[in-house]
Amino acid sequence: MPMTSRRVLMLAPLGVAAAGGLGFYAMLRGLGTGEYDPHGVPSALVGRTPPEFSLPPLVPSGLPLLASADLQNLEGPVLVNFWASWCVPCVVEHPQLMRLKREGVAVYGVNYKDKPEAAMAFLARHGNPFQRLGRDEPGRVAIDWGVYGVPETYFVDRKGVIRWRWAGPITPEVLEQDVRALLRHYA
Amino acid sequence: MRRLLLALALLAVWLPLALAVSSPSEMLPDPAQEQRAQEIGRQLRCLVCQNESIEDSHADLARDLRHIVRERVAAGDSDAAVIDYLHARYGDFVLLRPPFNLLTAALWGMPVLALGGGLAAILLLRRRGAAPEPLPLSAEEQARLAALEKDPAE
Amino acid sequence: MIGEFGHFALALALALALAQTVLPILGAARNEPRLMAAAAPLAFGHLLAVGAAFLALITAFVVNDTSVITVVQNSHSAKPLLFKVAGAWGNHEGSMLLWVMILALCGGAVAAFGRALPGALRARVLGVLGLVAVGFLVFILATSNPFGRVWPPAPDGQGLNPVLQDPGLAFHPPMLYLGYVGYAVTFAFAVAALIEGRVDAAWGRWVRPWALGSWCFLTLGITLGSYWAYYELGWGGYWFWDPVENASLLPWLAGTALLHSAVVVEKREALKVWSVLLALLAFGFSLLGTFLVRSGVLNSVHAFANDPARGVFILGLLLFYVGGSFALFAWRAPSMAPTGMFAPLSREGGLVLNNLLLCSMAAVVLSGTLWPMFADLLFQQKISVGPPFFNTALLPLAVPLILAMAAGALLPWKRARLWPVLQRLWWAALIAAGGVALVLAFAGWRIGPAFGIGGGLWLVCGALADLADRIGLFRRPAAAWGRALGLPRAAWGGALAHAGLGVSVLGIAGMGLASDRLAAVQPGQSLSLAGYEWRLDKVADAIGPNWTARRATVTVLRNGDLVTVMTPERRFFPVGRTTTTEAAIHTTFLADLYAVMGEEQNGAAVLRLHYNPLASWIWFGGGIMALGGALSLTDRRIRVAAPAPRGAAKAAA
Repeated sequence: MPMTSRRVLMLAPLGVAAAGGLGFYAMLRGLGTGEYDPHGVPSALVGRTPPEFSLPPLVPSGLPLLASADLQNLEGPVLVNFWASWCVPCVVEHPQLMRLKREGVAVYGVNYKDKPEAAMAFLARHGNPFQRLGRDEPGRVAIDWGVYGVPETYFVDRKGVIRWRWAGPITPEVLEQDVRALLRHYA
Repeated sequence: MRRLLLALALLAVWLPLALAVSSPSEMLPDPAQEQRAQEIGRQLRCLVCQNESIEDSHADLARDLRHIVRERVAAGDSDAAVIDYLHARYGDFVLLRPPFNLLTAALWGMPVLALGGGLAAILLLRRRGAAPEPLPLSAEEQARLAALEKDPAE
Repeated sequence: MIGEFGHFALALALALALAQTVLPILGAARNEPRLMAAAAPLAFGHLLAVGAAFLALITAFVVNDTSVITVVQNSHSAKPLLFKVAGAWGNHEGSMLLWVMILALCGGAVAAFGRALPGALRARVLGVLGLVAVGFLVFILATSNPFGRVWPPAPDGQGLNPVLQDPGLAFHPPMLYLGYVGYAVTFAFAVAALIEGRVDAAWGRWVRPWALGSWCFLTLGITLGSYWAYYELGWGGYWFWDPVENASLLPWLAGTALLHSAVVVEKREALKVWSVLLALLAFGFSLLGTFLVRSGVLNSVHAFANDPARGVFILGLLLFYVGGSFALFAWRAPSMAPTGMFAPLSREGGLVLNNLLLCSMAAVVLSGTLWPMFADLLFQQKISVGPPFFNTALLPLAVPLILAMAAGALLPWKRARLWPVLQRLWWAALIAAGGVALVLAFAGWRIGPAFGIGGGLWLVCGALADLADRIGLFRRPAAAWGRALGLPRAAWGGALAHAGLGVSVLGIAGMGLASDRLAAVQPGQSLSLAGYEWRLDKVADAIGPNWTARRATVTVLRNGDLVTVMTPERRFFPVGRTTTTEAAIHTTFLADLYAVMGEEQNGAAVLRLHYNPLASWIWFGGGIMALGGALSLTDRRIRVAAPAPRGAAKAAA
């Protein structure tokens, strides 16, 4: 029958619809498990070294300042955490950062668009997890890193390459599942 | 935010309103440069507000990005250089005009694919269907059609 | 009480819809007239039950019954009455109820006006409509009950989002839904045709009024939404290529194609299988939009509250109706004999080109909307597809469409020659070229707007040329009036709709020439823009029913003469604590003056002023298109297809 190509053509809509349906189903499942997130924005810096920058210290904290030179020739992996005292999710993730500090993980902080007094009050109240702390009052260095909201956390391996970025608070789950695996892998 | 959507959706959960009536102090003094900056800004996506260009958004980040665009433009960067500057920091997601690459080839090729596919299907069916065979109408339908056609059409 | 009554009515509607599905389809299959005859009364009963539920919800909103969750979440006693009523469909649950309400209305209309349909076809169409209703009623009852209770009742509601408290938006969803859901009827006709295994000229005639009516409402709905964005958003944007907007454009494109291909089915018995597919597609796209908006898979802040359970349910419905009908299509369509060969250069050839271009545009819009989601899913790559893509990718399809539109309407059926047609269009081409030249001369080297103006003029003049040709204006001017009166309304409607698109294109092109100015101004100071002097007189407080505002008074002068006084505002809604910006718009025939007020600093107010040439033509054109469709709908050739036996024709229509 010369009808076959016609038949195939008429099957095409069903094929497209089925493929689309399968995809949509996978998206809905992914929404539930967190594997598919229409709102997440990936980092363009993963696999690259951080941009050149130098941030002034948060003077009253007594912590050393943070510059790109501090992210080269490291002794071990480092977490770079962008935070602000006005950011509610930052409070949520703070205990996890404190825990990492107790375990001896180096956490460097970037205080984003914040007032020194407010930032100090935040650290006094919730504890200070940072080994180094830079102030990014204009928010320009954050943009160089591709930050689009706080908190955001970057994982830098000992060679100084960014391996991972988390947008949003580091919850206990993120700490256990992602951060620990990274720490083991890049130890 | 493309608030029109609401239209359809009618219901948004999160709608910070108060418009991007930005501040005049943001603008570049040179109108030609400001014009260029606006055109560049319209091709860059505001990352926190979804589906809105940085020119149209009043989010803080969008304002910072507008500022950067103007700074680069004032420094004499070409349009492409300004866009590359933000692309290097935020990746493909920031580009409202997706770059042409393997991933978007089918997307950019869609007008040609659709037209070509459609034409091919038409030609295929024309060849196959070369022998027209009218389907006989039932008696009932013939009667009705006859009645309908009695109307002074055209 | 109202809540329970509405809930019960919905459950009753489900039972009736189930019966409306099973009995007539069974009857048609077994050729039992009594079962088939049950379709119409069941459709009426179903309509009554859904109508009762719908009225119950509106009553709950009007009396502010705060024991109903939907009311608590979306209404407030201090809201004006119109927005209390509109608030009933300003939320997920209520809008789904509106959806099934309109579906039931369509079923009722088929039952009432479809008496001339062959019994089996009518039974099957009503049966399929019932089946669609069953799915959505189950969805509402299972996951989105609008009559859910809170106990004890809340003291008052939480208020409706202030952006939604706007007359434009009160009418926008019903219009849009009438369009979407209207395509359920053409869908039902297509499925019935596939079950019967035959499509003929009569089928084309019955489908066309429904395709036309849905198209008119959808056109109006999209136009209204676009206009609403223009005045409510406060910066003059009117179309953003957002996924949710695209979701309304897709059925419109497929529906427009269907409208044209159904003519070919009716006149030439060709494109039958294709028209069936388009009818399935138009409704499929409507359902796809519903899924995208309500499931949470979209990256859009405007999507309804996300609930994966609802998403899976709607996906199931989508797959059942779209997948099921496509499977039926794959199974039955190949056996429908391909008929109606025709020359490429003919009216039907032109309509095929129209369909090809419209469907290619739909393919571009669809892939632009869905590809970011699928790229993320399949390759974990996030990309954005925004206005620059759509504008670029659709242009090569829109240009030939506009060029061919004027000529296509002038082509005779069966076999045509291009030259005589072009001869009748030379003056349209001349005017279009003149328009391009004028814009280039006066507005500078603005290629896009210039050719947009040319394209719009070409369409409007092409439509006029079409009418002039049909009434023989140039051949026998004396008889033209008589012929004009005798011209079928469908011909007037078609020309009007084409001209309407031309008017919209002119408006879009004019907006390409818009200029604006942003400045902080002290009271008493003036700004100049587009030859007007805009003077800020004062900024004062104002109070509305459920808001307070800062209102600027801007006097617009031209050469010292008063043009208008504009009062842009910033409104603050205490319930919900939101601020909205109300633009002041002064519309004239040739341009809109548009003023927005920003923040106040040190006694100065930030003003953003826009001069938007031809802006209102965009929506005016949309209105003309819908009017053209409505005019076609009153054509007696179409009317006789819908209502019944000859004697009843007048009454029913």
